[in-house]
Amino acid sequence: MENKVIYEKDLNLEATELRLGLPGTKKPEKQAPPSLKTSNKRPLPDMNEESGSGNNSSVSDDGKSHRETAPAPKAQVVGWPPVRSYRKSCFQPKKTEAEEGRTYLKVSMDGAPYLRKIDLKVYNGYPELLKALEEMFKFSVGQYSEREGYNGSEYAPTYEDKDGDWMLVGDVPWNMFISSCKRLRIMKGSEARGLGCFL
Amino acid sequence: MGYSFPEEVLEHVLSFIDSDSDRNSVSLVCKSWHDIERWCRRRLFVGNCYAVSPAIAIRRFPELRSVSLKGKPHFADFNLVPHEWGGYAYPWIAAFAKAYPWLEELRLKRMVVSDEALELIAKKFKNFRVLVMYSCEGFSTDGLATIAANCRNLKELDLSESEVDDVSGNWLSQFPDSYTSLESLNITSLSSEIRFSALERLVGRCPNLKTLKLSHSVPLDLLPNLLQKAPQLVELGSGLHTKEVHPDLYSKLAGAFSGCKGLKRLCGLQDVVPSYLPTLYPICVGLTSLNLSDAPIQCPELIKLVSQCQNLQRLWVLDYIEDTGLNALAESCKDLRELRVFPSDPFGQEPNVSLTEQGLVSVSAGCPKLHSVLYFCRRMSNVALSTIARNRPNLTHFRLCIIERFRPDYITLEPLDVGFGAIVEHCKDLKRLSLSGLLTDRVFEYIGSHGKKLEMLSLAFAGDSDLGLHHVLSGCKSLRKLEIRDCPFGDKALLANAAKLETMRSLWMSACQVSYRACKLLGQKMPRLNVEVIAEQGHPDSSPDEYPVEKLYIYRTVSGPRSDMPSFVWTMDKNSALSSS
Repeated sequence: MENKVIYEKDLNLEATELRLGLPGTKKPEKQAPPSLKTSNKRPLPDMNEESGSGNNSSVSDDGKSHRETAPAPKAQVVGWPPVRSYRKSCFQPKKTEAEEGRTYLKVSMDGAPYLRKIDLKVYNGYPELLKALEEMFKFSVGQYSEREGYNGSEYAPTYEDKDGDWMLVGDVPWNMFISSCKRLRIMKGSEARGLGCFL
Repeated sequence: MGYSFPEEVLEHVLSFIDSDSDRNSVSLVCKSWHDIERWCRRRLFVGNCYAVSPAIAIRRFPELRSVSLKGKPHFADFNLVPHEWGGYAYPWIAAFAKAYPWLEELRLKRMVVSDEALELIAKKFKNFRVLVMYSCEGFSTDGLATIAANCRNLKELDLSESEVDDVSGNWLSQFPDSYTSLESLNITSLSSEIRFSALERLVGRCPNLKTLKLSHSVPLDLLPNLLQKAPQLVELGSGLHTKEVHPDLYSKLAGAFSGCKGLKRLCGLQDVVPSYLPTLYPICVGLTSLNLSDAPIQCPELIKLVSQCQNLQRLWVLDYIEDTGLNALAESCKDLRELRVFPSDPFGQEPNVSLTEQGLVSVSAGCPKLHSVLYFCRRMSNVALSTIARNRPNLTHFRLCIIERFRPDYITLEPLDVGFGAIVEHCKDLKRLSLSGLLTDRVFEYIGSHGKKLEMLSLAFAGDSDLGLHHVLSGCKSLRKLEIRDCPFGDKALLANAAKLETMRSLWMSACQVSYRACKLLGQKMPRLNVEVIAEQGHPDSSPDEYPVEKLYIYRTVSGPRSDMPSFVWTMDKNSALSSS
């Protein structure tokens, strides 16, 4: 069933791909110095659509070829948009809520066509949260161990913290987690298994 | 031929001339005026700390009391300048410690200041009064403790946006009980808990305290006491966070705010609970400056607040204000001069608020004195830009950031060349411009032909070819600072306009197409420029000469190459074209 989802994603590549520049034209290749990677290099073509790096990711550090598949938001470019880094700390999940006490976060899952939102405050701990995610996205998360992450599953629940880093869910105490978690992403496949070498 | 009148008289006349450019003009009249002027100059502004050495500055101006220094290039604010690049304050302060025992003021921007440097300031300048460190780093609260303990006449301590190694909040207690001269304190960037009792006592014994900007860690229930001790405050910055709403805290706070009858500028309000905002209403009419860029206040409350600030001249706010809020602003705040709208979710992929180009158009129509704009949004059109330009030909600062790169006019899907062209054409006094969106070389043609007063230009992800850069360098007569990232500009334009670079303070280019060969050539031919190549990936000699450099920083200087470069920065000098190591 998952294969079917990926297949469909492939077909819809052009239609759903978020683009920069004029529609109907090729993605504008504004500059092509040798040091920048173009988005033609994609180790895992069917995995990348979800991470949205389908457009140029002209990141300044070219040393990491796996940058294309890194679980970063689209167009995560150093220094863009030009906001002072100290401002980033102002952008907590709860700021999007007018009322106090709710912490709605976006949850995405690789291969799923749309995102969900959950309120972290509703859960008392990791077991509850993971169970809710499993039910929401119809998958199983496997067994967590500190050393190896999530065993026995193709999926790994990850979250983006205040500093913009992607972390494995479950490593830090629950309270620390809910105060630093900005969004969740359920990673899939070899990306998920290889998580250890990213961290 | 003798003087028409004695030196002392000329000196007295000169004491009324403050502006640097006027003083520079005076010093060019003749040798004796040059000499008299340099002996009585008290303030020095050095826009690039590497453009001149401390020794040269001291030799020319032996009697300075106030110095301003700027270090890193502006793009350091966005993490484009590597961490150890430079901008060290210590050599300057050490030289001043010997030459200017009576130095009173130091204003540093984007510099690295060590605790040792702070210690020198504390111990060597007997009458030190003003320390401003804007967006600096490299020091800790220990350094601040030394300042507090030793600077008896300190009036102003401002750490805006600096990164401080926050060891402990106890440094504030180092101000002795006999110290009463504080007039301005800005410690918003400190995060550790300060001893609140020490702060209260300090505020209580400094009757001239006019500016108090605190970190958000000051809890709301302690604020009323603080305000009651300083009803003379003109500027206040404080978080207003609290866990619950207390009725008597509310009335205490309302009373304290009302007591500050002279309050004109307000900032902070991080974590403010909306139900506390009405405590501010009584002072709104007196406010001239409101900085809500850290405050998570939503549109309805923002409208209520802003509508009461009829005398507002400056507003910094998050895009929660939305178009409707900006409409309200345009109707209520007719004295508005400066508007900055920051993104609440800059890295989000869809808009989270309803803020578009319309908000800016409204304000441009409704606020006749608006001259300075910084606006983050997610869409723009040529027609909106043209309207803004026609509404506000008095714009002097226009910085537009369309969050997604390469975004065209959302209506016509054309580039935004014509819109920005209208801005430079109509706003004849435009001094500062930042562009964004989809832009071709055409926009630079407009800028080159109309931007005659333009002093600072920031470009990112724009243009098609060297022609773009050439238009700017050849056309913008007043250009002082040019910063460019990710644009397809290369060798031709740079080399053709090499002489122009000596008339500017600096040029930054990163992720462009300037080859190492061109850098070497430029360095060789222009001895009065420092052509610095920044290459963190390895020495540029290890790649072919025609490969582009990662980052390039060119600035004019009378001091030659600097000696404090880190391992990944090289200055191209007259020997570099010859050597190939």
